[in-house]
Amino acid sequence: MKNYLKHWTFWKAVAALLLAIGAVATVVRFGLGLGAATNLNDQFPWGIWIGFDVLCGVGLAAGGFTIASIVYIFNIKRFEPIIRPTILTAFLGYLLVIVALMFDLGRPWAIWHAIIMWNPHSVMFEVAWCVMLYTTVLSLEFAPVILEKYNMTKTIKVLKRISIPVIILGVLLSTLHQSSLGTLYLIVPEKLYGLWYSPYLPVFFYFSAIAVGCAMVIFESFLSSRAFKRGLELPLLSQIGKVCVMMLSIYAAMKIVDLKDRNALNLLFIPRTETYLFWAEVTIGIIIPIAVLVQRRLRENRRWLFVSAAMVVIGFIMNRMNITVTGMEAASGTTYIPSFLEFGTTIGIVTFGFVAFYYIAKYFPVFTEEHHDEMHEAVTASQAWSKDIKKVSHAL
Amino acid sequence: MLKRKALLIDLTLCIGCGACQAACKETNNLPTEEEDKLSPTAYTALEEHGEIYVRRMCQHCEDPTCASVCPVGAFTKTAEGPVVYDVDKCIGCRYCMQACPFQVPRYDWSSRAPQIHKCNLCYARLKEGEQTACAEACPTGATKFGDREELLAEAWERIKAEPGKYVERVYGQHEVGGTSILYLSPVPFEQLGFKTNLQETALPQLTWNVLSKIPNIVTVGGVMLFGIWWITNRRDEVKQAELHEKIQQHNNGKLN
Ligand code: SF4
Ligand code: SF4
Repeated sequence: MKNYLKHWTFWKAVAALLLAIGAVATVVRFGLGLGAATNLNDQFPWGIWIGFDVLCGVGLAAGGFTIASIVYIFNIKRFEPIIRPTILTAFLGYLLVIVALMFDLGRPWAIWHAIIMWNPHSVMFEVAWCVMLYTTVLSLEFAPVILEKYNMTKTIKVLKRISIPVIILGVLLSTLHQSSLGTLYLIVPEKLYGLWYSPYLPVFFYFSAIAVGCAMVIFESFLSSRAFKRGLELPLLSQIGKVCVMMLSIYAAMKIVDLKDRNALNLLFIPRTETYLFWAEVTIGIIIPIAVLVQRRLRENRRWLFVSAAMVVIGFIMNRMNITVTGMEAASGTTYIPSFLEFGTTIGIVTFGFVAFYYIAKYFPVFTEEHHDEMHEAVTASQAWSKDIKKVSHAL
Repeated sequence: MLKRKALLIDLTLCIGCGACQAACKETNNLPTEEEDKLSPTAYTALEEHGEIYVRRMCQHCEDPTCASVCPVGAFTKTAEGPVVYDVDKCIGCRYCMQACPFQVPRYDWSSRAPQIHKCNLCYARLKEGEQTACAEACPTGATKFGDREELLAEAWERIKAEPGKYVERVYGQHEVGGTSILYLSPVPFEQLGFKTNLQETALPQLTWNVLSKIPNIVTVGGVMLFGIWWITNRRDEVKQAELHEKIQQHNNGKLN
């Protein structure tokens, strides 16, 4: 156990270091401007702050609306034990997306302009509104956790009463902006490489967001079961894995039809960077996870489930990076490699998210032990898991 | 009706003197040194392609992509033709730069309060009934100012009048729905770095096709989600009520 503790302090030190790098990047960005902090230029105006921090950030937080609709709208109550950590992740995710946006915007003090200066023809305008409203929705969905700690039962009751409309609103807003992040790229038909540009970009973004939302729920549950030494709802998670593989399959099928319709199948075999990165993306993020997760035996196996969820997440990130960077480079007439500070900021922001999650989950009732029939299965799984943790910690 | 103004740039007439850039810089109070690329301080620039000089600048699209994508509506297509930018609205998201099919908008990368910079087709002068500073300065008539329809007709007349002198194309007539800057060239446009893979319809339609569906998605989606919730919830209620009834019957039986 002592080793395990040491291990934990190590991670805290790493987090502190990464946060420090983020702080340096922040000073440079706001002290000297975007040019000094980034490798962006007039040919390549959007880099990883948009590609990763915003596009991936929003997508990876999609677990929030997926699980909320499963539990409250489809009334599948057995998923309740994972709803709070999922909503917390989503909430933090969106807050961090907004933070990242403040870094990327050239005139961040004017961000409120989007509230009063409307341009309904702009996808960006729509995304801005959805993100704003959905972050509010998430704060309402998460508020009971905070209120519970301070026994504010009356406020909780009020929130409960409006919860269904709020959740429906959240699902609608998510549907809109998850897909709209794809719509953003509809306007660059001759700039985005043919393997990714498609009139169905919004649909692709939507389905891949749900798939990765599921994968993130699985991924996180594993991480937090380790960090908090608590049980793992393995049966629930493999069911989520099933939803994930369904979404991935729909996505894959649509992608093939789309490439065929656009007569772009030949692009799959042209020897150039885009092709290799496309294959890497679909192999890691789609083909292997589908192959694993369709098999019930593997889906119900802790390790396989975890590994394939992690692959879906990585593949998803590769997809968004391919769209924002790889696929845009050829037409831009320049190459873009993110600067150290761009990475630094991104890493700082992500670390901040992990740290915030850890402390909120530690001090507020995020992981509730509710008594469901399924719970005893989870407990059995958790016992096996804690044995594993012990083994691992001894080994370290 | 107000006629839309435009520029006709005849590349066979351009001698590369740079008078247009000098005049532009003077009118817009920009630092006067010569520049060979568009920049925050050069709204127009001459590109050399062998013997041929190409004037680059904002195309002042008929249905401008920049105006459509800007979340806060910082760009406006004015009735006179110029597409103008309003820094007081801009939030600096750079979607306009990302989306402009001609890669025109420029950004103050080294500033803490960056702005977008591009040609405004001398909007202030146009409103006074004057022509653009560049057209006025051009010594050979390579840049000619006028009404778009008339300049377009003239461009085709020039092509017809001297077969073989020009390629049979007026760049800007159809590109992304048409632009206010029209070019005539003696060699195929792709050889001069012009984008020739642009579609003929305006780009904003691509996103509007999707955005205009939002009200439907919201109403249909909202009703559907509410319906699903109602049904699943109702099913639970019915189950519980049945259970309740059974227990009561059971109890009643006991009492008798
Ligand atoms: S060329 Fe670009 S900046 Fe100029 S009006 Fe067209 S879209 Fe806007
Ligand atoms: S950078 Fe400014 S002008 Fe360009 S799209 Fe964003 S808000 Fe509009």
